[in-house]
Amino acid sequence: MPKMLVVNYDKCTGCRLCELVCSVKHEGVSNPSRARIHITKWEMEGIMMPMVCNQCEPAPCIDACPTNARSWDEHLGRVVIDYDRCIECKTCVAVCPFGAVSFDHVAGRIISCDLCDGDPACVNFCETEAIQYVDASEINKRRQREAAEKLYESMRKFTMAPAG
Amino acid sequence: MALNRKIAYINLTKGKIEVKSIPIKLRKLFLGSRGLDMYLMYNHIEPGTDPLGADNVALISAGILVGTLASASARTHIGGKSPLTGFVGSTNMGGFFAPEMRWAGFDHLVIKGKAEKPVYLWVHNGEIEIRDALNIWGKDVHETQEIIREELGDRDIKILTIGLAGEKLVRYANVMTELKNAGGRSGMGALLGSKNLKAIAVRGTMDIKIEHPDEALEYNKRLISQVTSAKVSQEQGKLGTTFIWGATNSQGLVRVRNFQLNQLEEADDIEPEALEEFSLGMAGCFGCQVHCRGKYIIPSGPYTGVYDEGPEYTSMGAWAAEPGCRNPLTILVCNHLVNSYGLDTLETGSMIAWAMELYEKGILTNKDTDGLELRFGNDEAVIEMVHRIARRQGLGDILAEGPLRAAEKIGKDSAQYLIHVKGMSNLHSDERPTPSLALGIATSSRGSDHLRSRPAIDLYHLPEPILRKIYSQPVAYDGPLTSNFTDYEGKPWQVIWQELCFEAVDCLGICKYHTLFLGPNFPNFDEWSKLLYYNTGLELSPLDIWNIADRAYTMERLFNIREGLTRNDDWLVDRYFDEPTKLGIPIVRGKVIDRDKFRQMIDEYYELHGWDENGVPRPETLRKLGIDQEPSHML
Repeated sequence: MPKMLVVNYDKCTGCRLCELVCSVKHEGVSNPSRARIHITKWEMEGIMMPMVCNQCEPAPCIDACPTNARSWDEHLGRVVIDYDRCIECKTCVAVCPFGAVSFDHVAGRIISCDLCDGDPACVNFCETEAIQYVDASEINKRRQREAAEKLYESMRKFTMAPAG
Repeated sequence: MALNRKIAYINLTKGKIEVKSIPIKLRKLFLGSRGLDMYLMYNHIEPGTDPLGADNVALISAGILVGTLASASARTHIGGKSPLTGFVGSTNMGGFFAPEMRWAGFDHLVIKGKAEKPVYLWVHNGEIEIRDALNIWGKDVHETQEIIREELGDRDIKILTIGLAGEKLVRYANVMTELKNAGGRSGMGALLGSKNLKAIAVRGTMDIKIEHPDEALEYNKRLISQVTSAKVSQEQGKLGTTFIWGATNSQGLVRVRNFQLNQLEEADDIEPEALEEFSLGMAGCFGCQVHCRGKYIIPSGPYTGVYDEGPEYTSMGAWAAEPGCRNPLTILVCNHLVNSYGLDTLETGSMIAWAMELYEKGILTNKDTDGLELRFGNDEAVIEMVHRIARRQGLGDILAEGPLRAAEKIGKDSAQYLIHVKGMSNLHSDERPTPSLALGIATSSRGSDHLRSRPAIDLYHLPEPILRKIYSQPVAYDGPLTSNFTDYEGKPWQVIWQELCFEAVDCLGICKYHTLFLGPNFPNFDEWSKLLYYNTGLELSPLDIWNIADRAYTMERLFNIREGLTRNDDWLVDRYFDEPTKLGIPIVRGKVIDRDKFRQMIDEYYELHGWDENGVPRPETLRKLGIDQEPSHML
């Protein structure tokens, strides 16, 4: 089963190191506008949300691509792009419901998360584990456990509450 | 590359903007940010300039490693002649402004003159516009940023701004970015206010080329582990800098009731662990994995539901220990108020605590306070005074002038209760048991300060061989070093070492919590040499970086001397020498600073710096550092 990126919004401190390492690893430069991940912030409320390609399946960007430049990579569970076929029409940018596909204004090409070919830099550098690279089949188990823990806490409070 | 960022000269009187390149020669002499700002300050500010007049110059800069793979390289420096002290004005803040300024193409902004009406600057991808700020003049720090983002239509714009305090020329007004990132100390907010400059908005999408990307990625990963594996970083990442206050209060190393005591007893309700109850988690500055910025929502009272960040160490002193309060809510509220007014939390808290002691002693009466009972422990009075200072109302108008001017206005014996150096209030710590820290605040170039030099690891009782290893590089040192923080021997060298360590990271744009400030295994000159090479291609040895820091710090000294600084200004107030500490663990109790020994420390400090007995850099020192021909007007 391929792995996928999972974002835990509560753990994000908004430092944007993921944006930095993404642009350095892919383009050799520091430039968040060329990164494939972006922290969307509501600064005055302290809310930070890492936004990155969800590697949808079926993916609107693949369906919409008029030249079949975008396709599904079964091995890594990701959307890939064939730059020889891409005509930079930006349809994929327009149809992505998460804004995760973008046009790199310097290199003049479409970019989206490629999972760093199975070794995502953003994950490697995120000390708080706000973004993790995990087996897709395990995600719901973990969420299940977290939800169960919350339920357990409330049940415990209820059962231990003094009678009357 | 990381070295091609520009310098812009903005004349607000004429509305003229000129952009230039920064010569590599100056990079090698001063690196950037604080270092280059000090060069610019000495070259562009005439001696005797009125700090609040149009001739003062505001310098805004980003460190040379900002935005690169140097962990915690997020720092903005703001410089100019200080409206508070009349000496070097200099401040440094984290957040996201500096990297954005570099992505917008600039490392340095030199702001001259005075706008006819309120303006803000819009800096984006190599362009700078002067824009009307009438609609934001009078708005608080947080509102201002939201209005500008709305006006320019981009949520990712980063903004540096002043609040009401800066507009009202409170002499210790801050420059702020985001919620609580504060360019505090020395009144740089008043400097911007005096120029009618409300804010600077930046946004950029220009590459900063990383010279050796693979090595830079790998090395950054190593440095992050080095820093985050330290217990002190982990505590900070959980509790923020309040944990330092908790630790030092338990020993009796904090300042209470305007220096009358050195420990806040019965402080359970405001211990860092107790404050954790209000925490919503932590936030980080650009690229930093320590994430020491606490997030909270005020839980009750008139400010219920207000979100802010902090409080930091200094706010613990300012809103609890110094005014003798023990209410967490007061800390959270005052922290929010100083953030939104753009006031220096340390100076504001100090001025209020000083006024409280004057009230206690009968020097200030209800007539002076307009009926406000300014007694220690009166939380409501503390909160009210923050408003009055920011708005310059009543007694607040006098306190807004800072220690020396306020004492002159109040008269009587008020000056003898001030706790300051060079007209800037001391940190809310007690340095009587720690001569090294006392020397640090006494000699600091921007007035009493813990972020110019603080050999805090002196408190750790490290074995002498470890101290020797740390303090014998990158330059040899074979003088004394001792593990006992109450000693006077060997401490001047530690102060100089830490001074140049802080100067170096301020040039690089790296946070001081990523240096040997807090722990013996933290990065220092060796690491910075490698970071510079991997990220920018600049080949500078650890010793080269040390020399750059020495050169920059000496420029600060030259500036101060040109403004009339003498040896007498490197001195502590009498209470340090005459009143013994009353509380704390045995080793800190009953301590004063010994006048003669302290004088000898200063002699030794000057000598090690290559300065004469009056603290003036010797001609051969200036020649050795290559600054014997200043001002040289190369930029």
